[in-house]
Amino acid sequence: MTETTRFSTVFRAALSRYTVMYLLLGALCLLFLAPFAWMLSVSGHDLAGVFAQPYRWIPDRYRWENFSLVTSLLPFWRYAANTLFITVFVLVGTLLSCSLAAYGFSRIRFRGRDTLFALCISTMMLPGQVTMIPLYMLFVSLGWIDTYFPLIVPAFFGSPFYIFLLRQFFMTIPREYDEAAVLDGAGRLRIYWSIILPLARPALAVVALFTFVGTWNDFFGPLIYLNSPETATLTLGLSMLKSQVVGTGATQWHLLMAGAVLIMLPNVLIFFLAQKHFVKGITVGGLRG
Amino acid sequence: MKTAAHRRNFWSGYLFIFPWLIGFFLFTAGPMLASIGISFSSWSMLSAPSWVGLANYERIFTEDPLFLRSLGNTAYYVLFSVPLTIVLALGLALLLNQRLPGIGIFRTIFFLPSITNLVAISILWIWIFNPEVGLLNRALAVAGIDGPLWLQSETWSKPALILMSLWGVGGSMIIFLAALQGVPPELYEAAELDGAGHLRSFFHITLPMISPAMFFSLVMSLIGGFQVFTQAFVMTGTTQPGTEGGPNNATLFMVLYLYKKAFQDFQMGYASALAWILFFFILVFTLVQKKLGQRWVYYEAGDRP
Repeated sequence: MTETTRFSTVFRAALSRYTVMYLLLGALCLLFLAPFAWMLSVSGHDLAGVFAQPYRWIPDRYRWENFSLVTSLLPFWRYAANTLFITVFVLVGTLLSCSLAAYGFSRIRFRGRDTLFALCISTMMLPGQVTMIPLYMLFVSLGWIDTYFPLIVPAFFGSPFYIFLLRQFFMTIPREYDEAAVLDGAGRLRIYWSIILPLARPALAVVALFTFVGTWNDFFGPLIYLNSPETATLTLGLSMLKSQVVGTGATQWHLLMAGAVLIMLPNVLIFFLAQKHFVKGITVGGLRG
Repeated sequence: MKTAAHRRNFWSGYLFIFPWLIGFFLFTAGPMLASIGISFSSWSMLSAPSWVGLANYERIFTEDPLFLRSLGNTAYYVLFSVPLTIVLALGLALLLNQRLPGIGIFRTIFFLPSITNLVAISILWIWIFNPEVGLLNRALAVAGIDGPLWLQSETWSKPALILMSLWGVGGSMIIFLAALQGVPPELYEAAELDGAGHLRSFFHITLPMISPAMFFSLVMSLIGGFQVFTQAFVMTGTTQPGTEGGPNNATLFMVLYLYKKAFQDFQMGYASALAWILFFFILVFTLVQKKLGQRWVYYEAGDRP
């Protein structure tokens, strides 16, 4: 008897705690989701629907044609191909150069290593604006403006945060693996390629994801280095479309929103597929303090 | 024998870091030095640069009201967006740090905005901030409030951008959440045995234990706040190029001003001087944080990097 009453009070307390928590979390979720919902809602309206008073969240007919309209307006597929082209090269360059440097910094003892690693880490703090103008000049003098070289080439020369991240991971791989390989007559490059890299796949996945998202979303680089409409990336193209149409009378907001939805889509998809890796990558830096 | 191995290590070590080393000289150290030189000269890119000494820096601080405006705007943005981000991120992380069914879904939803495309987000928020038909003012109207002009108002455009930045707290939130999950449960059990309440445990266990994560987030959001650009570039100004920066330059932040000086006015020397001033501010704030951090950041033995 007493056991059951005790059980039911505990149960009821837990239940009410759950209810309060879920209500709070649910309300916050609505706040965070509202902008996305608004974007999807506006994308499905026509111009009159966008400006209607009162606004109808669910249009009488969802206008899917807005998406195909904006793909021809942008031109979406052209820009998607450009962006993908840049992203693939940046991915290959970043993974290769950063893992090589991380291997050197974590596995080989050589004079000057720790000083150089400290130098590498400290460049993370340098704001890009300081080197932006000389780099721009350099790329102008090489004739690289309006080409993808300024966006791709630097990726092949390492990036401090990813070097740091990979080095941290490489240090957790037991050295016994290397030593066994040395006994089998394997050289450094061999160990790097056929032992460390396969074992470091989770860390490489984190770097690849962050690089993909960073390159896909990059705005500043394309903004200063690309200036003809054919070479633009998706992000730059969307911004150009926005400045062409906004403020010119009845702006086609439903089309701009449809464009924004399309550009966010790959991000969101990748995020849902690989959320764990994102969390891991973000926390590696944070937990070290 | 030993020296031969040493020499071999030396060469193979440098071979592995070679790409980074070249990149360091070519894309970081070299441009940094060049940037110092350019900041002491007047250069429009059309003619050869001419040496002007400290004149750029002098003009920036003594006769450039726009610079002071951009400095003030940036300070305003950092002052509000950074503390609000930290507090909100911590609050959300505390809410998420519970064993509830389906908690992962909530985490995903809070995290999502922080990884999406900033230009797309900016365009979305222009429309949310539309005074007549935007989501925000429509919602305020339901509550009987006549919403402000947001991006078109000198007073409200900066708060608008700060509000939007809070939508992206997901990154900091994730860092806090991981830190919270790393606090050993024994500590809470011991505190409970000692009769400490929830509030005491929070201030004496939780906060010290997650202070390294807080320090990291604080430094990162400060650096990020000083470099705010894309939102201001995309969301403010009219279709005319050069008008970015909002009503009466209310959202002309330092990096936006630098960008306009370099790539719209082609004053490369002046813009380089601005870049060094920006770097100086970031450096000073980071060092001050580091110094202050020694007082409140708690590192477990051997944990200090």
